[in-house]
Amino acid sequence: MKQRDPDLLLFHAPLLRQGMTTPKAMRDVIIALLPATGASLWFFGLAAALVIGSSIAGAVLAEWLFADRASRGESLRDATGILTGLLLGLTLPPGLPMWMAFLGGFVGIALGKVIWGGLGHNLFNPALLGRAFLLATFPIAMTTWVSAHPEGGFFSVYAGNLALPFMQAQVDGVTSATPLGLLKFEQEVTPLTNLMFGKIGGSLGETNGVLLLLGGIYLWLRRDLDWRIPVGILGTVVIFSAFLGLFDAERFPTPLFSVFSGGLLLGAIYMATDPVTSPVTPRGAWIFAIGTGVLVMLIRVFGGLPEGVMYAILLMNAATPLIDRYTQPRVFGHGIEKES
Amino acid sequence: MTADARKQAAAPSSLRLVMTLAIAGLVSGIAIIGIYESTLPTITANKARELREAVFKVLPGVSDMQALVYREGRIVAVPKPQKDEPVVYGGYDERGDFVGYAMPGAGPGFQDTIALLYGYLPSRQQVVGMEILESRETPGLGDKIYKDADFVAEFSALSVEPEIVAVKKGTSTQPNHVDAITGATISAKAVVRIINETHVAWAEQLPAPGTEPPFAGEPADNGTGQ
Amino acid sequence: MKKNESYEEFVKGIWRDNPVFVQVLGMCPMLAVTNSAINAIAMGMASMFVLVGSSFLVSVFRHVIPKQVRISCFIIIIATFVTIADYTLLALVPKVHKELGAFIPLIVANCLILGRQEAFASRYPTRLAVMDALGMAGGFMLALFSLGAVREILGDGALFGFRLFGESFEPWIVMILPPGGFLTLGVILLFFNWFKYKKDEFLADVAEAERSGS
Repeated sequence: MKQRDPDLLLFHAPLLRQGMTTPKAMRDVIIALLPATGASLWFFGLAAALVIGSSIAGAVLAEWLFADRASRGESLRDATGILTGLLLGLTLPPGLPMWMAFLGGFVGIALGKVIWGGLGHNLFNPALLGRAFLLATFPIAMTTWVSAHPEGGFFSVYAGNLALPFMQAQVDGVTSATPLGLLKFEQEVTPLTNLMFGKIGGSLGETNGVLLLLGGIYLWLRRDLDWRIPVGILGTVVIFSAFLGLFDAERFPTPLFSVFSGGLLLGAIYMATDPVTSPVTPRGAWIFAIGTGVLVMLIRVFGGLPEGVMYAILLMNAATPLIDRYTQPRVFGHGIEKES
Repeated sequence: MTADARKQAAAPSSLRLVMTLAIAGLVSGIAIIGIYESTLPTITANKARELREAVFKVLPGVSDMQALVYREGRIVAVPKPQKDEPVVYGGYDERGDFVGYAMPGAGPGFQDTIALLYGYLPSRQQVVGMEILESRETPGLGDKIYKDADFVAEFSALSVEPEIVAVKKGTSTQPNHVDAITGATISAKAVVRIINETHVAWAEQLPAPGTEPPFAGEPADNGTGQ
Repeated sequence: MKKNESYEEFVKGIWRDNPVFVQVLGMCPMLAVTNSAINAIAMGMASMFVLVGSSFLVSVFRHVIPKQVRISCFIIIIATFVTIADYTLLALVPKVHKELGAFIPLIVANCLILGRQEAFASRYPTRLAVMDALGMAGGFMLALFSLGAVREILGDGALFGFRLFGESFEPWIVMILPPGGFLTLGVILLFFNWFKYKKDEFLADVAEAERSGS
């Protein structure tokens, strides 16, 4: 799939039959996420496993429940349900009750994928849709960040995790705001090394930037992801925050802080690149990526919320069909001036 | 002309159309006036009662109130303030002595305008009570500005000089500090800002403590007020 | 026979031609004021009052109103009833009126009500028109209530203000916000259509079996 002739672009999807299949690609993404998942276990103990496990269970159950009897096995084998659950789990706060994580996974698949007609037809990234639903439904639980390393070591869990279905979570332990929250509401800057290696409050998967980057590089080597999207998003964020820094270096975050804080890496590498919900053309990918980056910064800096990656990606997901439509390459052999 | 007339002969004349609509409008108008007149007393009484209840809530120990407006350089009591005229309410105890002001204020919150009423004692320069009259803050988060008893209680003895500051929950040390609500900082700060702004807007116009206008109406009755 | 006829007109609005679930009319109040069961019922009552009242009048005067100005006349009649409902609610239950807000005056613009005048009340005798209006308004209220109940139970853990699950219930806040209305309505419509699909499938099977049997 290497690009040789600059005038003849080859795209993935419908042109060539190749060894790459959906289940294989999905498995690659899951492998790429394993280091970050391991890190979340290391930081948050068994709680991480409970939350991620519940969200995967919810996603797979929805997948199984709503599939046609005929294609039931198929839709489970391609592992997209597991991947959606895993991605969603990594964006959740560690102290979240298991039943909420389960519900998020279920809603993500049911409203984010099945209702659109299944894999390949959905407009929005299912994992992010599940997260958006949870954030709108349980705003308090979804923004209560417990600090890493629960007191009793690896096998202890947060009391919140074990809340009965439909019941509130008791907040226990020390709550700690996320670096972006600290910046927005307390004007406090978190040191960069903490951001990169995960000594911060935040969702399960976003705390260790370096491992997320490693997974991204693996995916890029395996040709599973369109490098333009993460590069475009991260590049836009860096340029935007450097630009803002020119005005008021005190108030606005530095470029590196912007990249490593919040869910930006997780979103840019694993969610924005979802082949179903991002443009297929290279030009479209750039537009998509830059739009996402700009929206992230606008929401973070000027919006009411500390973090905007989720809404930025969902908004650009909605624009994807339009972008695809306007960036269709010329059909080989047809005139330039006349559109068909 | 004649062709038109022939065509219209089949259809009802325009006079009939106009008359039908006119009669329908007339009957409808009469019905509307009737219902308006017959419900108006109840509606005004409801509104007045709501206002009195809110004023009594934010000014403890008050049993009577009157509307006060700023006209021709001083605060005067009026039976009925004009529409769109800024107004505060003076609260008086059973003997008719002045207790404090109930000041309405409004400003942008997280979602939409927050309208509130707060009780203010000029002699102590303190806010002694706060009631949210209108808000569309997020249920479960922003609506704690009136559902969270701890937050509302923050306004029961609060200094307004220097201006009120919303601080992180649990760090309030000064008499002018308010503990903000975790997760709803914006709504909490909006409430504080509205009170500060209202206070500043009226600070120059309110008379010196002790020279407030006396109670002009009848001594305490439990009627619905005018 | 006669009795049967008016019963038929009443029942069709409740289920077979339900204004919301089947005709998908009156979406504006449907989505806006169903965040609690009591609001839904109040809205349903107000709409029922307006619909029955105006259907009655329109049907009584159906031979008097000239065809050319019928829509204007319908609107005058509907608007009068809406104003009456508006002031009555404001005087009697100010709290509910505050919750329903602008949506009481907006009943005028509810396509369900004008639609029934045009499609039914202006063509049929008064008794049938009133039965039709009662049925349609009943179906509308049923839909409002099912939405309001689901949203209040999930969004607040209560029904008509009575707490169902105790104090530690975690409310699904999205349900009392506007998106919850869309979600719930979508899910209910989904089930309604699924049910209809299954029923048609079943009837087709039965017909098939009968044909092959005979």
